Amino acid sequence: MTAPQPWKSESMRGYFGKALVALGKANPDLVVVGADTTESIKTVDFGKAFPERLFQVGIAEPNMMSVAAGLAAAGKIAFAATYSVFGSAHTYNVIRQNVAYTKLNVKIFCSHAGLSVGRDGATHQINEDIGLMRGLPGMTVLVPADGPETGRCAEAAVSTKGPVYCRFSRADVPTITDPGDRFEVGKATLMRDGVDITLVGCGLMVSRCLQAADALAKEKVSARVINLSTVKPLDVATLDRAARETGGIVTAEEHTVIHGIGGAVASAVVEHHPVPMAFVGVQDVFGESGEAEELFVKYGLTAAKVADAARGVMKRRGR
Amino acid sequence: MVEITEETIAHLKKEATILRRHIIEMTHVVQSGHPGGSLSACDLVTALYFHVLRVDPKNPSWPDRDRFVLSKGHACPVWYAALAERGFFPVEELLTFRMIDSRLQGHPELGTTPGVENAAGAEGQGLSFSVGLALAARLDHKPWRVYCIMGDGEQDVGQTWEAAMAGAKYGLDNLTAFVDRNGIQQEGRTEDIMPLEPLMDKWRAFNWNVLTIDGHDFRQILAAIDEAHSTKGRPTVVIARTVKGKGVSFMENKIKYHGAATTPDEYTAALAELGVPP
Ligand SMILES: Cc1ncc(C[n+]2csc(CCOP(=O)(O)OP(=O)(O)O)c2C)c(N)n1
Repeated sequence: MTAPQPWKSESMRGYFGKALVALGKANPDLVVVGADTTESIKTVDFGKAFPERLFQVGIAEPNMMSVAAGLAAAGKIAFAATYSVFGSAHTYNVIRQNVAYTKLNVKIFCSHAGLSVGRDGATHQINEDIGLMRGLPGMTVLVPADGPETGRCAEAAVSTKGPVYCRFSRADVPTITDPGDRFEVGKATLMRDGVDITLVGCGLMVSRCLQAADALAKEKVSARVINLSTVKPLDVATLDRAARETGGIVTAEEHTVIHGIGGAVASAVVEHHPVPMAFVGVQDVFGESGEAEELFVKYGLTAAKVADAARGVMKRRGR
Repeated sequence: MVEITEETIAHLKKEATILRRHIIEMTHVVQSGHPGGSLSACDLVTALYFHVLRVDPKNPSWPDRDRFVLSKGHACPVWYAALAERGFFPVEELLTFRMIDSRLQGHPELGTTPGVENAAGAEGQGLSFSVGLALAARLDHKPWRVYCIMGDGEQDVGQTWEAAMAGAKYGLDNLTAFVDRNGIQQEGRTEDIMPLEPLMDKWRAFNWNVLTIDGHDFRQILAAIDEAHSTKGRPTVVIARTVKGKGVSFMENKIKYHGAATTPDEYTAALAELGVPP
């Protein structure tokens, strides 16, 4: 469940880098391909530990993906890691043909997803990658909520057969999971129980859902909070139960609302037990340069927005 | 060939210093951005904006203007500085760089910043975009020309070579490309990350007219552009040997300043070194 507050902020990349070194020790077949961002995304530590197993291809992400696929086809567990915009949209059809269609053991781990990239601006703030990746047949899609969970995602990716896409943030994020938490691909985590409404978040929005739940509690609203760190395969059972037991759902993501977790959760809920829903996320717009928190305010990704959305859902259904 | 006077050279040097000061200030104030590659491209951008390009700051969308494309979009501080100094927008606006609600985005945005001609950020797309512009100019029988600055890191990108083939196929002699050959990319030296040499031979093999110059020598820059103008039937690429961080001694050739702004002490030292423009 949830770590006690105050939460400390930690680097997701840091945990990823550390996990990769440990995994590399345990798995001689683990290899990493990088594209001039290995320092930034912390695969550089794997390279220091296992120099012969890190391949630097330069600014050539399509090449990185297909090289990783080739390594995987010959029996390696190949991590391809860079910034999310380059490890998803930039290389989409390469991933589609060489990674997804082939069902190969390529693990695409990407930092710098979403608005929290900050000042680099819209070209680097990909708010579309979850949708792109969950649309690919057979692709496992992971969105860890904090640093420790990013490490657990790397471990889980190694023991998951086939392609995995995992996206996380450049910004340090509050550590909200408990060190003892287990991570299982395909299982959503109940962060906090509640009966009046369910807040389903992924990535750094999970902590904001918890804060929204705190605010709602002051209004005698008991909000359930679910960490949807596996976007695909979707934990339909947990979502269906939430719909039946709480009668309303708000999703929150650092991603466009067009085809992110909101869409994923909605289609599952509508099929089994329709309830009113609201979607917190980036609207149909590109981001811009700015400090991460300023952007969250401007683009509506705050705990207050999540709480507002919950109130709206409850109003629509007559509480 | 047009005679280049001492006066012209002195003027360009002065403008380049002004742009370098802006680069340091813009990235310092917001503590973000890419000073190294902005400084290495500074003399090329200065030569273009203060001597070569036919543009109208009062009418940025004048249809017959020359087009400048910055493929290595992270170096936009130098572009914004040149545009401001040429009067496309107020110089004071430079200090809004990378801040929320600013017209000066962290990477160039088409349609927002007066004078900006392309969107960039993901490396390696600018030369293809330039090919498109040059094809349009030819289709419309227009005399305007296209100039594109690439990074040497962008020579890693496959699309650069797709564009190179297309430029040669269509014999785009209205297109001049520059490679800012500062030898450094994001996390290391180009020859360690992905060896590029022999780079001239590569471009020659792709059927381009290839020139190589000192990218901080205005006479050589202008002479190369002159030669590009008089070369018919194929595009020209100018491989400009440059120094990343050029003009601020402690930043020169340092990988760190690819994407790091100055500390307060460094800031003072950098401005002192650049000096007040003569
Ligand atoms: C496709 C792509 N991959 C990765 C990056 C991240 N990145 C930004 S700048 C840079 C290195 C740029 O090197 P170069 O083109 O030589 O620019 P310069 O050294 O002149 O600043 C990288 C890898 C990017 N912008 N685009």
